[in-house]
Amino acid sequence: MASLKDTILEYVKNEYLEEGSDEEITYDTALISGGIVDSFSMISLKVFLETKFNIDIPDAKASPEAFDSVNNIVKLLKEFSVEDGSASGGNAK
Amino acid sequence: MAYNTDVRKIYSDQLEELKGLGIFKEERAICTPQDSEIEVESPIGAEKKRVINMCANNYLGLSSHPEVVKAAHEGLDVRGYGMSSVRFICGTQDIHKELEKKLTEFLGTEDTILFPSCMDANAGVFEAILTEQDVMIADRLVHASIIDGMRLCKAQNDSYKHSDMAHLEEKLQLHQSATGGKRMRVIITDGAFSMDGDLAKMDKIVELAEKYNAMVFVDDSHASGYIGKTGRGSHEHFGVVGKIDIITTTLGKALGGASGGCVSGRKEIVEMCRQKARPYLFSNTVAPVIVEGALRVLEIISKSTARRDKLEENTKFWRKGLTEAGFIIKEGETAIVPVMLFNAKLSQDIARDLYAEGIYAVGFFFPVVPKGQARIRTQLSAAHEMHHLEKALAAFIKVGKKYDILGKTKQEIIDKYGM
Repeated sequence: MASLKDTILEYVKNEYLEEGSDEEITYDTALISGGIVDSFSMISLKVFLETKFNIDIPDAKASPEAFDSVNNIVKLLKEFSVEDGSASGGNAK
Repeated sequence: MAYNTDVRKIYSDQLEELKGLGIFKEERAICTPQDSEIEVESPIGAEKKRVINMCANNYLGLSSHPEVVKAAHEGLDVRGYGMSSVRFICGTQDIHKELEKKLTEFLGTEDTILFPSCMDANAGVFEAILTEQDVMIADRLVHASIIDGMRLCKAQNDSYKHSDMAHLEEKLQLHQSATGGKRMRVIITDGAFSMDGDLAKMDKIVELAEKYNAMVFVDDSHASGYIGKTGRGSHEHFGVVGKIDIITTTLGKALGGASGGCVSGRKEIVEMCRQKARPYLFSNTVAPVIVEGALRVLEIISKSTARRDKLEENTKFWRKGLTEAGFIIKEGETAIVPVMLFNAKLSQDIARDLYAEGIYAVGFFFPVVPKGQARIRTQLSAAHEMHHLEKALAAFIKVGKKYDILGKTKQEIIDKYGM
C-alpha cells in the first residue's frame, strides 16, 4: 500500500500539474507559497483529504501554511490521528 | 486606536515590501479620451507622450465614439446626473428597464438585472442563488471577482484545471457520488480568459452540464460585443445560445467602456438577485448617463457587425505578425494576445522600451499570472487602424531584437533570462 506521503504527493501531482508539465514536486516543495497551488484551488485538496480519510478539517486549521507542502499536510493529518495505513481508500465521508 | 506612528509603520512597511518585491502598482495619467492613440504622463507629472494604446479593453472602439457620447449627453439632459438611490427605493427609471430588456434580447436569455459593475454582479450572484446544499465547480483561471463571489457564498467550492474537460468531468462525478446529497452543481467559467486570451469550451461544458445535471455560469466580460458572428459572446461562438443558465458581463469593456454590469439568464435566478444580491440591494443605481450610452452601444452593434468584423481582422493581423516575427504568443481567438516572456523583469524591461518607442502595453507577472509565465498582454481594438498596428509591430520587433528573443524557444528565453 502506498505511504500516506505518497498518496498525497500523487494526488497533488494529478490535481495541480498541467498535462506534460516537467515540474518536480517533492515532499518539501512549497505548494502554495511556491505558486503551484493557489489558495483558491487549495480547497480541492481539503475536499480530497476529508473524503479520503473520513475527517473534517475545520477552516481555521486549513491554513495556507498547513497545506504548503506534503510534509506539512502529513503533520496536519496526524492531528486527526491519520497515519500510514489510515486511508479508507474510498469516498467514505 | 489612534493612527499613531506604530500604525503608520505597519502600513508603510507593507508598502515598502511590495516595492521590494517589484509588485507595487503605479498609475499613469491618460490626458485624453480613451482611444487607439492617447496622451500619457508616465510617471504622473512627467512630460505628456502620444502613444498607441495596446492595453485597453476598448475592443469595439466605442469608449469615445461620438454617437455614444451624444447619447450619454442626452441621458444627462433628459434623465439627470444621478438617482441618489438604490434601485428598489427610487432608483429605477424607465431606461433601466429598457436597458435590461435590450441586454436580454442581445444575450439571448430570459431576463437581466443591472449591477454597478460586473465585479459586483460576480460578488453578489452566488450568495443570492446558492446555499450550503450546493456545490460550485470553477475553472482555475476564472476572474478574481468570481473567486470573491464564491468565497462569500456558503456553497461548497471546488475547481478544475484550466479548460480541462476530463478534469471537470471527474469533479462532476465526484460531486454526484461523494456528495450525493448536494442539491445543485454549478459549473463556473469565464467565456474569454482575460490573461490568456483563450475561450472556454462552451459546447463541451454545456454537454457535460447536461450529462451530469449541472447549471452553467459564464462571465463573458471579455467576449460580449465581439465574440461570435454577431458579437453576442462565447455562447454564440459555440452555438449554445439559450443553454447558459447564468451570464454575467460588463458594460465597461466592448459595450461602451464606462461602467456597469449585469446578471442575465434564467428568469427565476435574475429575480432571486433582485431580491437578495447585496451589491444590487445596497449600492446606487447605474447612472442615467451610462444607461443611455449603453443603449446606444447596443443599437450600434445590433445594426451592423462592421466593428467586430474589423476587430477580427485586426486580431488576425496582429497574431500573424507577432508569430512570424518570432514571438511566442498564447494561441486563441480573442482580441487578447499575450506575448510570452516568462521572466518578470524581462516583461517590465520590454514594456518600458516599448513605451519609449510610443507603444503603451503592460507587463504582467506573478501573482497576477503563475510564476514563470510573465508576459505582455496586448489587446486589439476596432479603433486601431492598420498604420497603428504596423507601427506597434515594428516597435515590438525592434525591442524583441534588442533582447534577442525573436525565434527563440521558451527554454532558450528562460536559459537567458531565468524564470
